[in-house]
Amino acid sequence: MNFRSPRILPWLTVVTLTAGFALVFFFAPNDADQGFIQKIFYLHVPLAICALVGFMVAAVQAIIHLRGGDSKWDVRSYVSIHISIILGVAVLITGAIWARASWGKWFVWDEPTLVSFLIVFLLYCTYYPLRYAIEDRERQARYASVFAVTAGAFVPLNFIAVRLAETLVHPRVFATSDSGLPPKMWITFLVCLAGMGLLWETLVRFELAAKSSRARLGRLRRALEGDDVGVAGSRIAPLAHGATETS
Amino acid sequence: MNAFRTILGKDLRTELRTLESIPAMALFAATTFVLFRFGLDRTSLEGSLAAGVLLATVLFAAILAINRVFVSEREQGGFDVVRLAPVDGTALFAAKVCVLAIYLVVLELIAVPLFALLFLDSAAGLAPLALVLAMVDLGLATIGALVSSIAINSRARDLIAPLLLLPLLVPVMIAAAGAAEPLLAAGGPSYDGFGKWIAVLALYDVVFGLVGYAVYDFLLED
Repeated sequence: MNFRSPRILPWLTVVTLTAGFALVFFFAPNDADQGFIQKIFYLHVPLAICALVGFMVAAVQAIIHLRGGDSKWDVRSYVSIHISIILGVAVLITGAIWARASWGKWFVWDEPTLVSFLIVFLLYCTYYPLRYAIEDRERQARYASVFAVTAGAFVPLNFIAVRLAETLVHPRVFATSDSGLPPKMWITFLVCLAGMGLLWETLVRFELAAKSSRARLGRLRRALEGDDVGVAGSRIAPLAHGATETS
Repeated sequence: MNAFRTILGKDLRTELRTLESIPAMALFAATTFVLFRFGLDRTSLEGSLAAGVLLATVLFAAILAINRVFVSEREQGGFDVVRLAPVDGTALFAAKVCVLAIYLVVLELIAVPLFALLFLDSAAGLAPLALVLAMVDLGLATIGALVSSIAINSRARDLIAPLLLLPLLVPVMIAAAGAAEPLLAAGGPSYDGFGKWIAVLALYDVVFGLVGYAVYDFLLED
């Protein structure tokens, strides 16, 4: 698999994220209402946005997979969901810390965004048991893509429903004043968001590279040991356990 | 259209002859009401508690039917027949959505009066509640048919279907409970936010109807 500029991207990620966090601590002003703890916003919100966008990207990749039947897109969709779920864990943890610091509780049921995210996260967690429950590779890929498309349509719907259900009584960073965030906070936030987006992309690339080299290794092993060389074909194993069967 | 009618007729006839799903669902609902009576230690319910008990019961009873709706297709080769026949796969999907919706309506015709009899002080809210439940049924049936056909071909299908379904049904529960709560309120029904919630339910039904229509063929081809 050929990745464009494989070395530049991680460095760009490190630089942007470092710059972002430097801005968070030395440039962005402390929030008038919440004080220092509001700075977790620069970590929590970009993580959440990247995770949700990642789920949508996975849905688009799943559509491409279903339309064209190229299993490469299934692997991409799988990796997108995988990385987004990992970011999702971080979102829930940072969200809980923020909620604890601002409102005194680890989880707040009338904070719509937090609740929506939990539901979406739970839904995407079922992606793994679904994949593992279907043995036939080709069918597994197809069903996983159908799931990714369905869940992708679910994400915005869920946010609408949860938001309508709650009364917005809690302080929201984007709405603390009439004009929204002050410019210094906006700049910091956007740099952090860009850094997190780059991090997502880097992790996806690394995971894809790891998957393809693991599959190649498996194929070489099988070629050396001489049993069913043809079976693996040239495609990447969409499943982590699939490629390491011989080890 | 012909295939749709044939599959729907076949499923309804099978259900009439074997009585496999609906009596089980009704019995399940009745038992769940009894469990809630003791679990909540309440002899009468109103407002959000009434809406929650009724909707949670309908939702879990629906899972029973959703788990079963494709079993005969798989075990007796219905999928292969649909694949072999020169018909559109979506006819199967549409038929199964209708079957599930009909099961749910029949279930509610039994369970809702029973619920009113056991827990409600006044039946005034039941007429507008019927509209909410009809929208819920459509949503449950659509997403149920979709998830069920994913789960049926997996190893642990009884596990996978509820696992996928429950998070997907959260918006239905939110909207239906939001609409039903003022209808079942203690002081008589009110229509607080009724239109908004019906709109959310309609949006849900339409979106997942379209998603099901778009992806269903991929679940059939083998």
